[in-house]
Amino acid sequence: MIAAFFAVIRRDLLLAFRRRAEMANPLFFFVLVVTLFPLAVGAQPHLLQEMAPGVIWVSALLAALLSLDGMFRSDFEDGSLEQMLLSSQPLAILVLGKIIAHWLVTGLPLLLAAPLLAMFLGLPEQAMGTLWLTLILATPLLSLIGAIGVALTVGLRRGGMILSLLVLPLYVPVLIFASSAVGRAAEGLPVSAQLNILLAMLLAAMVLVPLPTSIALKMSVN
Amino acid sequence: MYKLQHNELAVNKLACSRDDRLLFSGLSFSLQSGEMLLLEGSNGSGKTSLLRILCGFREADAGEITWNNQAHADSHFFEDMAYIGHADGVKKELTVLENLRFALALSKPGQYSIDQALAKVQLAGFDDNAVQTLSAGQKRRLSLARLLVTHNILWILDEPFTSLDKQGIELIETLMLTHVTQGGMVILTSHHDLSLSTRVLKRIHLDTFQVDTWQ
Repeated sequence: MIAAFFAVIRRDLLLAFRRRAEMANPLFFFVLVVTLFPLAVGAQPHLLQEMAPGVIWVSALLAALLSLDGMFRSDFEDGSLEQMLLSSQPLAILVLGKIIAHWLVTGLPLLLAAPLLAMFLGLPEQAMGTLWLTLILATPLLSLIGAIGVALTVGLRRGGMILSLLVLPLYVPVLIFASSAVGRAAEGLPVSAQLNILLAMLLAAMVLVPLPTSIALKMSVN
Repeated sequence: MYKLQHNELAVNKLACSRDDRLLFSGLSFSLQSGEMLLLEGSNGSGKTSLLRILCGFREADAGEITWNNQAHADSHFFEDMAYIGHADGVKKELTVLENLRFALALSKPGQYSIDQALAKVQLAGFDDNAVQTLSAGQKRRLSLARLLVTHNILWILDEPFTSLDKQGIELIETLMLTHVTQGGMVILTSHHDLSLSTRVLKRIHLDTFQVDTWQ
C-alpha cells in the first residue's frame, strides 16, 4: 500500500518532469499577474504595499485553479485512471498520492517564487515569514479541495467552467484567512488565529478529501 | 507447469440500458477456468457496456455477477481480473519499463518477470524507449505485457486486435491460449474472427439478447 502510494507520487513527478513546459504554466501565470499589478496601478508604492497580500494570494489561487484540470485529465484520457480503479490497492491512497504530487509540481514552485514577488510589491519584511507559512499551509489545501472538483468534472467534455464554479466558493475561506493573516502580519498584529484555522482546514482536508474524490472518480469513469 | 486453481464466473439475467434504450436483457452465461468467451454483436449492441459492467465501471440495470459463487463486488474478483479497454492505459511520456513497473506497483506480481513478458510480446530491447515513440501496435502489445507481469486470472479485453498486424494477432491468440490452458479465463470482443479451436472458445451473440421486454 505504502509502496503503491510512493509509486504514484514518483510516476507523477516523472511525468511532470517530462512535460516541464506545460507544468511551468501556473508558475508563469503567477509571476505574470503579480508583475502586471504595479504596471496597472502606477507608481503608488503605498497602495501596492497595502494590496500586496491580496494580490499575491489572489494570483496564487488563480494559478492553482489553472493547474487543477491537469490533475486527472491525462490519466482519464489514456485509460490509466481505469487501471488505477481496478488496482487492488485502495483508491483513496492512490488519489492522495496524486494530490501530493500535484502540489509538489504546482504548489511548491509558487512557494519559492512568492517571497521574491512580495519584495517586488514592497510587502514589509516582518510579513514575509507569515506569507510563507500561509503558502505552506494553504497551497496544499488548494490542491486537496480542487481534487474533489476535478474528479467530479473530469468526465465532462467542457468541465472547465463548472470546475471553477464548484471550486471557487470553497477556495474563498482559504483566501480570506490567508490574505488576512499576511495583511495583519504586515501591520505587526498577531496572526496565530488565522494560521491555526488554516492548519485545521489542511488537516481536515487531508483526511476528508481522498475518499469522496475516489468515489467521484468512479462516477466519472462510468 | 504453472497452473491456476479452478475459478468460475457466472452472470445471471443481466440487463443493461443506455439513454432509455435497452441494450440487452436476460443475459446469462458462465465461464470456467480454461475457457474463453468471444462476445459478438453489431455496433452498439452493448459489447463494451457488458465488459464495463464486469469491470465495475458501470452498474447493470438488473441481474447479478458472481465470482466463485460470491457476489463479485464482495469477492476477490477485482484482484483476479485485468482489463484492457479501447485506451491502452499506458503513459506515453514514460518508458516501457517505467510503465510496467508502475503497473506492478499497483498490483500483485504475476507469473512472468518484466524481461520475460517483454520477450513474449516481442518488445525485448524496447525497455528504455518512451511509449510515444512506439507504434500503435507496439503500444497494444505493451498493454498485453502488463497482463503478463501482474497477477490475474480473468482477462477482459475490448477489441484487443485493433491496430495489430497479422503476426500481432497471432501473438495475442497464442498468449490467450497459453493463459487459458494454464487455467485462466478470457472474455473478449472482436470483429476479427478467431482462428482458435471451438473446444475452448464460447461465443455469445449479443444481438440475440436484444429482446423487447415491453411486450
